[in-house]
Amino acid sequence: MKYLAEYRDPEVARKIIAEIHRVTTKPWVVMEVCGGQTHAIVRSGIDQLLPKEITLVHGPGCPVCVTPLETIDQAIAIAASPGVIFCSFGDMLRVPGSSRDLLTARSAGADVRIVYSPLEALQLARENPDRQVVFLAIGFETTAPGNAMAIIQAEREGLANFSELVCQVLVPPALRALLASPANRVQGYLAAGHVCTITGLEEYREIASNYKVPIVATGLEANDILEGLLMLVEMLESGRCEVLNQYSRSVRPEGNLPARAAVDKVFGVADQKWRGIGELPGSGLRIRREYQKFDAARRFAVESLKVSEPAECISGLILQGLKKPDECGAFGRRCTPESPLGATMVSSEGACAAYFRYKPLN
Amino acid sequence: MTDKDHTQGWSGGPVCPVPLTNHTTVQLAHGSGGRMSAELVAKFFQPRFGNPFLDRLEDQAVLPRPAGRLAFSTDTFVVDPLFFPGGSIGDLAVNGTVNDVCMSGATPLYLSAGFVLEEGLPLATLHRILLDMEKAARQAGVAIVTGDTKVVPRGSCDKIFINTTGLGTTPDGLVLSAASLAVGDQIILSGTLADHGMAVMTCRQGLSFQASIASDTASLHGLVAAMLVAGPPRAMRDPTRGGLAATLNEFARSSGQGLVVERGLIPVRPEVAAACEILGIDPLTVANEGKLVAVVPPQIAGAMVAVMRRHPLGREAAVIGTVVGVHPGLVAVKNGLGVAQVLEMPLGEQLPRIC
Repeated sequence: MKYLAEYRDPEVARKIIAEIHRVTTKPWVVMEVCGGQTHAIVRSGIDQLLPKEITLVHGPGCPVCVTPLETIDQAIAIAASPGVIFCSFGDMLRVPGSSRDLLTARSAGADVRIVYSPLEALQLARENPDRQVVFLAIGFETTAPGNAMAIIQAEREGLANFSELVCQVLVPPALRALLASPANRVQGYLAAGHVCTITGLEEYREIASNYKVPIVATGLEANDILEGLLMLVEMLESGRCEVLNQYSRSVRPEGNLPARAAVDKVFGVADQKWRGIGELPGSGLRIRREYQKFDAARRFAVESLKVSEPAECISGLILQGLKKPDECGAFGRRCTPESPLGATMVSSEGACAAYFRYKPLN
Repeated sequence: MTDKDHTQGWSGGPVCPVPLTNHTTVQLAHGSGGRMSAELVAKFFQPRFGNPFLDRLEDQAVLPRPAGRLAFSTDTFVVDPLFFPGGSIGDLAVNGTVNDVCMSGATPLYLSAGFVLEEGLPLATLHRILLDMEKAARQAGVAIVTGDTKVVPRGSCDKIFINTTGLGTTPDGLVLSAASLAVGDQIILSGTLADHGMAVMTCRQGLSFQASIASDTASLHGLVAAMLVAGPPRAMRDPTRGGLAATLNEFARSSGQGLVVERGLIPVRPEVAAACEILGIDPLTVANEGKLVAVVPPQIAGAMVAVMRRHPLGREAAVIGTVVGVHPGLVAVKNGLGVAQVLEMPLGEQLPRIC
């Protein structure tokens, strides 16, 4: 199939894997930043075919996983308010808040709907002028342009019954935090190709040179990841710390300028809490003052809702690449996709869910 | 269908107020057991399903005793939307139960049909559904011999729920059972996966590529009859909810054997694969309504695939895997790189991913 099978061709994969084996001489710890990449790695089983010297650790790039508990609780509180149509991407519905999830709220009578884009939520706002339509605007730099455009469009149309509960997170500040941590053991990064498509490579160049790490902007298909890994290992083996672009069919060095402009118009950079990691300075986006009327947290007065996280779940360590899912005592026993303790088990992009779903046969 | 008696009272003469029976939507009174109920049956159900057993309009159908053993199955249908590319709740209500009966190797004979209607359901919608049921029953060679209708207040159900129960006959001596799987048996799939589930899901979500994906809803009685000529399979199931993943896991659990399938051998239409990819859903976990999985002894596998491919509903039949003597009770799926992974029983509701 066009653009699906090509990047998963097993013959091509075998050639790249052989090449990785050929160039690898020392042990390397590599992080794939994006949960979509983790999913592709585990689904294709390429992690089982790499040289034993290469350790892949899974990064914090799962938007569902890093959305803090209090955002889920705020979402549930808003969804339960009378007259609200609460719209969310599907995989947020099962993420446990501090006492329940959005699916449970729905079964208790809340009008919670799965949408594929904020534009669908806008359409619901047009069709239901007497209802408040709230969109749960989560994600990395990839979802921010769409969420910004929805607000710009709502402003244009004067849709007073539309708002967004925003939890937008940014990759580079998280990478800086991981690199600055004394526990860091990652020597090279496969950056998320989709994120770089929006943002471009500038910030990654700065990180590579400041922290002396090689970075490859890498796509999300199995063979993209293998090719990105080969480029990264070649840099590690030769001691180079550059930013290379494996995903050149999508990533331009300057990124997507109109998308960046839309984000900049609606959102400003702010400190942001990450589930399992804590607050990282300048790692999130907030709705700017000019567009504040579209801020659901403000409209429904749930900003003060703060909660702390349960102790047993080690998703924070997993998101930082310090532990692997199968090193958790609860994994597959007290924590399964059916009854997850933490978000890394809920989202199909979460490392724990990927490990659970694609267990190797042995 | 005429409505000439709606000004007549029970005694046949005019009454006041004149009961209005020419409604365009289902009324609570249609389920009251009174005259409007009788009219609903006479105008909507009987003309579609009429047969000598049903037309007696007794509280039960009295059926001749067939030869062989009875195969008996029931299922309830609650799909949203009611109409989707390739079919409707009416098609599903007939084919779903017929297929469950057939999976024992039985010839389906009779169906019952119970309807729960939501007050306010357009009668035109009911009519369309009944037309689909009539057509599906004709194609499956079954008679709908008894039925029931209830009407519930608006909001108490979602438009229409249908329960059907099916009765068929299994020849003496033919016993299909998942417990009988043996090492070396071949796993055969009758055609492409995930068409029905993705047709409904893309329709429900209003995705733009929905038009190219159609449900595979069909009665498998003819295919099953053709297959029995090649020899008895060990077991057969139709992979409906939970998809192939659920069916294979049921086989593995019931038999205590290990099963291995190869992803590359499992047919999925390109547009269906694309929809699954976009929504982040594994086609192996998606519902089918016109496919079957058969496990057969290796010596008849070739002949079985050949007879299946000669039937319109089995043109893409293929051996997709084997029963193995290792990992008892587990299903493994091998991908293009030869990596084998555990294929789990699917979990609850399928939730499309953010990105």
